[in-house]
Amino acid sequence: MTPPTATGTTAAGLVAPYDVEAVRADFPVLSRTVNGHPLVYLDNASSTHKPVQVLDAERRFLEQHYANVHRGVHTLSQEATDRYETARERIARFIGAQHDEVVFTKNGTEAYNLVAYAMSNAATSGPEAERFRLGPGDEVVVTEMEHHSNLVPWQMLCQRTGATLKWFSLTDEGRLDLSTIDEVITERTRLVAFVHTSNILGTTNPVDVITARARQVGALTLLDAAQSVPHTPVDVRALGVDLLVATGHKLLGPTGIGLLWGRRELLAAMPPFLGGGSMIETVSMAGSTYAPPPERFEAGTPVISQAIGLAAACDYLDAVGLERVSAWEMALTARALDGLRSVEGVRIIGPDTTEMRGSAVSFVLDGVHPHDVGQSLDELGIAVRVGHHCAAPVCRRYAVPATTRASFYLYNTAAEVDALVEGLGRVKAFWGA
Amino acid sequence: MSVQTESLYQEIILDHYRNPHHRGLRDDFDVEVHHVNPTCGDEVTLRVKLDGDRVTDVSYDGQGCSISQASASVMTDLVIGRGVEDAMGRAEAFRELMQSRGAVEPDEDVLEDGVAFAGVAKYPARVKCALLGWMAWKDATSQALAAAGRAAPDAPVADDSLEEHPA
Repeated sequence: MTPPTATGTTAAGLVAPYDVEAVRADFPVLSRTVNGHPLVYLDNASSTHKPVQVLDAERRFLEQHYANVHRGVHTLSQEATDRYETARERIARFIGAQHDEVVFTKNGTEAYNLVAYAMSNAATSGPEAERFRLGPGDEVVVTEMEHHSNLVPWQMLCQRTGATLKWFSLTDEGRLDLSTIDEVITERTRLVAFVHTSNILGTTNPVDVITARARQVGALTLLDAAQSVPHTPVDVRALGVDLLVATGHKLLGPTGIGLLWGRRELLAAMPPFLGGGSMIETVSMAGSTYAPPPERFEAGTPVISQAIGLAAACDYLDAVGLERVSAWEMALTARALDGLRSVEGVRIIGPDTTEMRGSAVSFVLDGVHPHDVGQSLDELGIAVRVGHHCAAPVCRRYAVPATTRASFYLYNTAAEVDALVEGLGRVKAFWGA
Repeated sequence: MSVQTESLYQEIILDHYRNPHHRGLRDDFDVEVHHVNPTCGDEVTLRVKLDGDRVTDVSYDGQGCSISQASASVMTDLVIGRGVEDAMGRAEAFRELMQSRGAVEPDEDVLEDGVAFAGVAKYPARVKCALLGWMAWKDATSQALAAAGRAAPDAPVADDSLEEHPA
């Protein structure tokens, strides 16, 4: 593990604010080869690798303390419950939240659906659920840069309830067009669901501007923070949103765990989504009452060992320091933007500076389809993502069938950025572009 | 690029990609279909013209990677001018080759330039690309036959290769 004060130097004079090589040593996969070349893993916006500290924590828990939680009186059950709830506290602290405001889901997608179905269920719940009710004449606002997971559930919710879906469109520079904010968010708006940092464009949105307008009209706000929580310090209270979603596998944690954060009083009033064990207070044949949050939203056996792993990932990131991670990623992103601009025929899709930006960089290469770019880069050991990145409306907006996307994380190096840029030169030569 | 890429990107594939055969939509047709590959956004619009049991024209337009575009080009060479039953048989042979993960030796008499796609079968992520044009053609041809009051010569083969994966 890296002492927070360590300084690492990588290729070409860029100096990292921590020892990147020591970090890399914690990720065994980074020393393997792919197609005869050292792996250059630039698909972190899709999913990140896990350090041995995370794998060890999960394994140790499964080997020594595992049992189902919240059920038994035996020692293992107590230990497992204690560790599960301690993990919840740890993860909550990572985003500046209280432990009982964090609900575990199987992934980010389930968290959006949880809220969407809770809002449907509000129609037949008591008066405390009034804030979540939707019907004809009401509006839900999203943006044109949403990941499908923060778009399709709202389309479906509007279909079920008769509410209307509206959205912010995008500027040519890859930013939200907020010039019409007062027409998009109106007195009829009940919910504004929007992304913090786009997985395809890299754009970071001005949360304060949107939440301020939403508050004016009394609308709820939900933030997709899947691409921001792993990369930069996020404090849910400072953001001023009502609900926030993130996912474990994009922040060095296991797959199979996502999280929904909500303000305590809001979660307390929100109807459940999935029914079953653990989420109840009393059950009779005629009906049931529900447990308080977060248990109300965690029906069935929860994601136990994944929570243990994710808590270890939070420990890891805090030990390196998210401020430092963010600074290093921005240095790599700046280098990537410069390098990509130097390749003739490359067009960056999204902001071309590091201002208000994450570290996902999408681009197209004239005359070579992204699938062919990605396949050819893979032959050089370089892993990038190609396709529409679950954000098809963005591709349509910028009139491209798909993009190639490189996305960086704390273990990437300047040499890897250079390998991408050089690799693109070889791709161009092969395809005669 | 390395040797491995060259086994995927055969010269025949690159030739069809750079100089596609029968490309462009023509006005004389019976049925038009639009197929997409949901994982990557590749799409093809394809028109079929039948004369009785003979495929007289297949025209298409679309956007996609080298594999999907070259495969559509090869497909038109293989089906235009042939009887529907013969063409459907070749479509089935191509599908079988693509889903073989490299275990099937392609028959050049049946698939002609299509044998160049044998290497694609070893890249599961690209199989859907290679099948896009073929599936569009089968769909359009079945619809044209149905409109003419005839059933397709083969019962449609259950196709599990184009299912949507989480993107």
